[in-house]
Amino acid sequence: MAQATNETIFPPPLVEGGQTFASITDTVCRIVEERPTLGWFAAFGVANVGLLMLLVSIAWLIWEGTGIWGLNNPAGWGWAIVNFVFWVGIGHAGTLISAILFLFRQKWRTAINRFAEAMTIFAVICALVFPGIHVGRIWAAYWMFPLPNQMGMWPNFRSPLLWDVFAVSTYFTVSLLFWYVGLVPDLATLRDRAKNKIAFYAYGILSLGWRGANRHWQNYERAYLLLAALATPLVLSVHTIVSFDFAVSLVPGWHTTIFPPYFVAGAIFSGFAMVLTLAIPSRKIFGLEDFITVRHIENMNKIILVTGTMVGYAYAMEFFIAWYSASEFEGFAFVNRALGPFGWAYFIMVSCNVITPQFFWFKKIRTSIAATFILSIFVNIGMWFERFVITMSLHRDYIPSSWDYYQPTAWDISTLIGSFGLFFTCFLLFLKFLPAVAMAEIKGVLPQADPHWEGYHKEHAKEAHHG
Amino acid sequence: MAERRNWGLVAEFENPARLLEAAQQVREAGYQKYEVYSPFPIHGMDNAMQLSGSKVPWITLCAGLTGLSIGVLLQWWSGTDAYPLVIGGKPLFAWEFGMPVMFELTILFSAFGTVFGMFGLNGLPRPYHPLNKVKGFKKATDDAFFLSIEAADAHFDLDASRALLEKIGGKHVTLVEE
Repeated sequence: MAQATNETIFPPPLVEGGQTFASITDTVCRIVEERPTLGWFAAFGVANVGLLMLLVSIAWLIWEGTGIWGLNNPAGWGWAIVNFVFWVGIGHAGTLISAILFLFRQKWRTAINRFAEAMTIFAVICALVFPGIHVGRIWAAYWMFPLPNQMGMWPNFRSPLLWDVFAVSTYFTVSLLFWYVGLVPDLATLRDRAKNKIAFYAYGILSLGWRGANRHWQNYERAYLLLAALATPLVLSVHTIVSFDFAVSLVPGWHTTIFPPYFVAGAIFSGFAMVLTLAIPSRKIFGLEDFITVRHIENMNKIILVTGTMVGYAYAMEFFIAWYSASEFEGFAFVNRALGPFGWAYFIMVSCNVITPQFFWFKKIRTSIAATFILSIFVNIGMWFERFVITMSLHRDYIPSSWDYYQPTAWDISTLIGSFGLFFTCFLLFLKFLPAVAMAEIKGVLPQADPHWEGYHKEHAKEAHHG
Repeated sequence: MAERRNWGLVAEFENPARLLEAAQQVREAGYQKYEVYSPFPIHGMDNAMQLSGSKVPWITLCAGLTGLSIGVLLQWWSGTDAYPLVIGGKPLFAWEFGMPVMFELTILFSAFGTVFGMFGLNGLPRPYHPLNKVKGFKKATDDAFFLSIEAADAHFDLDASRALLEKIGGKHVTLVEE
């Protein structure tokens, strides 16, 4: 009891291991400056194989058409939309950490925000691949954008699919800007430590001549705050609009008002799981344990517990409303989800998304790194299946004679695995060439960064005494 | 070759607390064109330097309103004038369905305005700066704290300014050429 009280009054330090300003710079920059390890090369090789798989799958898709996928007549939307929603959802944790936790002054976020934002950007790149390639007539993909053309055509702004184009591309652009602004002071650090000309010029150009002047910091901090304030409603709007792709249609099981909040909660849930899946091995490999501490992992697990429970509530509420609405088609769609031909997928979804996070009620599990890693992978799997279950509402529509079962082809599978290859290729390049932890921000939360830190006053008093 | 002009003086300070006091004393001595450099923003420094508020929010506001207007005009003009199509009996333009695109464009333009406005106000990108030549100044992005006074300041006097910097605890006071 006494211990708990103590912890409330004196929260554990944000950075462990007696780090100083210089040691932070060293620890983080060393990852970039040293030759990558054999493990990195091995991982990069595997990721490149995946990337190649994606490129071959896309090339074949463009050559042959969407018939290479398992799409059929009732299920006209298959893995492409499932993967799209899955990847966009993953991205949400990054913005939540960088923007929403920033507005709430959650200083522990500084250790993981760079990481999580990078994850956001690469996840959104993976997501953007799918709407880009699933249009069928790929040469007309630019019709999605309001570009003046010789046909005098303009997009249909009443369509949620078009809103999605605007939402996801804005999300990508703003996330990239936010990430870049955060990177500039750290890129300047790398520039100032550069040992060779290429690194000096590359980081020099990217850091724009940043030199840490206070008049610059003033504008910088204000801009960062504004970007956080802009990104917060943006991130909530993105998955809301993604859910409109489904909810604005008239398909039973999709046409529900619970979709926007339920999608946003699910996105944050899956995103935090992915942050943990990536952070746990990275902190070990790159020796970042002092920055990404057990406290960070525990906090993220608490968010997973909250959002996972919200998702579980949404599953239950969907079922309740399907029955309470007394709509025969709505009721059928849900009974079919749980007990129909895709019942196995529904079972995977519920066990991974509803049961898994409940383990985090126990502090032992919340603070166990191995348990967290395993459970985070279950959540990733469960959230992919959630999108699959939702999309598969299509397979039994109003006319029983057209009912069909959706079976993915080898190309569906190679495209999904390939998208992980793209993601990890980008992520490994990020770890190698950019500072994986926001150095300037971490330095700012050290106790000695505060000019009123007691250490300085003791020194001062001593000098005054001698003087 | 023309003789190089003096850009100003720069001195190193021990820690954020000393830098904060130094900034206060340099301002009280009447200097305007001085600047402090630190690897992270120091709490209370804006007050110590008595800086007026940042202008970035105004740029954000203007950019956001531009984005909103473009969102409204694009949907209204393309829907009702350039390419009117009746789809599902819905109106050619209504703010309800225009909301998502209006919102996204507001955010997009605001973000561009914020980032480019911030770099513009800071005079970045700036590949060359006289301070780049100062030995040791590179540590300003690692763990060192500096204060500079420009020669262009009305109060600047090489000897007096140097004496002030030394008096308030500045180390390695260096003359910087342009």
